[in-house]
Amino acid sequence: MLDRDQVLHVARLARLELTEDELARMASELSKVLDHIEKIGELDLTGVPPTSHVIDIAAPLRADEPTTSLPAEVALAQAPEPVAGGFGVPSPGAAE
Amino acid sequence: MSDLIDLTAAAAAERIRAGELDPTDLYDAYLERARNDGLNAFTWLADAAPAADGRRERPLAGVPLAVKDLFCTQDVPSQSGSKILEGYRPPYTATVVSNLFAAGATLLGKTNQDEFAMGSSNENSAYGPVLNPWDRARVPGGSSGGSAAAVAAGLAPWALGTDTGGSIRQPAALCGIVGLKPTYGACSRYGMIAFASSLDQAGPLTRDVSDAALLLRHMIGQDPHDSTSVAFPGEIATPSAADLRGIRLGVPEELVGDEGGVEPGVRASFEAALATARELGASVETCHLPHAPHALSAYYLIAPAECSANLARFDGVRYGLRVNGERDIGSMYGATRGSGFGPEVKRRIMLGTYALSSGYYDAYYGTAQKVRTRISEDFNAAFERFDFIVTPTSPWTAFELGSKTADPLAMYLNDFCTVPMSLAGIPAISIPSGLSDGLPVGFQLAGPAFSESRLLDAAYALEQAIGFDSSEARR
Repeated sequence: MLDRDQVLHVARLARLELTEDELARMASELSKVLDHIEKIGELDLTGVPPTSHVIDIAAPLRADEPTTSLPAEVALAQAPEPVAGGFGVPSPGAAE
Repeated sequence: MSDLIDLTAAAAAERIRAGELDPTDLYDAYLERARNDGLNAFTWLADAAPAADGRRERPLAGVPLAVKDLFCTQDVPSQSGSKILEGYRPPYTATVVSNLFAAGATLLGKTNQDEFAMGSSNENSAYGPVLNPWDRARVPGGSSGGSAAAVAAGLAPWALGTDTGGSIRQPAALCGIVGLKPTYGACSRYGMIAFASSLDQAGPLTRDVSDAALLLRHMIGQDPHDSTSVAFPGEIATPSAADLRGIRLGVPEELVGDEGGVEPGVRASFEAALATARELGASVETCHLPHAPHALSAYYLIAPAECSANLARFDGVRYGLRVNGERDIGSMYGATRGSGFGPEVKRRIMLGTYALSSGYYDAYYGTAQKVRTRISEDFNAAFERFDFIVTPTSPWTAFELGSKTADPLAMYLNDFCTVPMSLAGIPAISIPSGLSDGLPVGFQLAGPAFSESRLLDAAYALEQAIGFDSSEARR
């Protein structure tokens, strides 16, 4: 059902580099899972509200008071490329 | 030494408080066993017992705790079973773990798991599979497989796990121990490396029901760091029920009937447990959860959709693995994620990204959320007539390593009886109901939201009557 190009498109959306082998396997595996999952399309769900959060609670609010946050050196301690108090990254390249 | 290992955590805590047991002796006994772990249950172990520091007087009295790898623990490796987080030591500790430390628990080690909690066999860990102590050729279940195997084998007195679609209950069932998934919101998710935020919930894996109640009592609570956490109504009581008089158990036809594919040995053990429940005074009747057969489909849309968003944070910028691509930052993202994630995580990110992509959102994610509403309504209707819904926890006992890895869909079917409760956010517990061909079988009881104390009480009465002997797995 899903072809190689569709899988490649989704992989790009997900920022996931896949090998040729993975692309082929993913197409067949995802198709099989989707075939099973698509059975829910047969249910009549007219007028049913969606559930995004299962326990009915209002968003709690707290007083807007400043608190301390993670010190910069701690936040940077495990960065692959700390640069002058920030996170270093490769060039953003040409605009897409 | 072996006497110490045979104590439940609650009994050990009591002895420590009474001055009859030195917590360091208990810790050392477990540490030595965990060091000789032949099951690959641990991914990290403490060097030595921590200083006593007045823990003795606290409720958990210094009893050591094994913690699933995905709970952030300050300065201790917290890798969520993934290569992309290899060597990561968080600068803070998860609230549930902090709560338990404050109650006097000590950290023994971090336990192996399926990568980012995605799996039902622990074969998706980047750090190798965990073996089942009842039969080392078989899986312990997943995703909290290391926690379940460690407790079953007596490498830890008790453990923390997380359950998104069955990841506490199913490994507890396959390893012959007790596993409880609390009501969604009962435990803070702060510091749990996220898989599916609307489903993830921390819970105890323990040797018996009383230990589960004790550990849960000190886990729960509203947390300013998790806006979905709630103040639990009341305390978690110590279970003490001697019988099940007046308790109405509903057996859902849709999950336990032929469609669920329950193995004959599992069915026999389930029926025997129902007979025991009747002897204890419970009534047992068939009930209906009409949308439950669609729960698995809804779950395998909602969970991957949420995971595809949650796992976007692993981008090689702030922590964890970075693999530079051939060109710019975009190719760094792709190369890092392509190299750092394992096959099952990639599959779920792909499935979730597809389900959320333009043109498919309503048909997949939107539909799944409506099915979720129907499933909650089914449970609400059932709880008007029944106190608890009961099913086998897993349709199968522990299967052989490698026997289901080639077919992701077959692996997903393992969650058939556990995902409906996850989608409804209700508490569910698995207790051992016996053995089938020498392998443990799990019996699941589910109750309405925040019914944990009643649920534990019923599970306790049943546990006492069944009298499951778990000592073989600790030898």
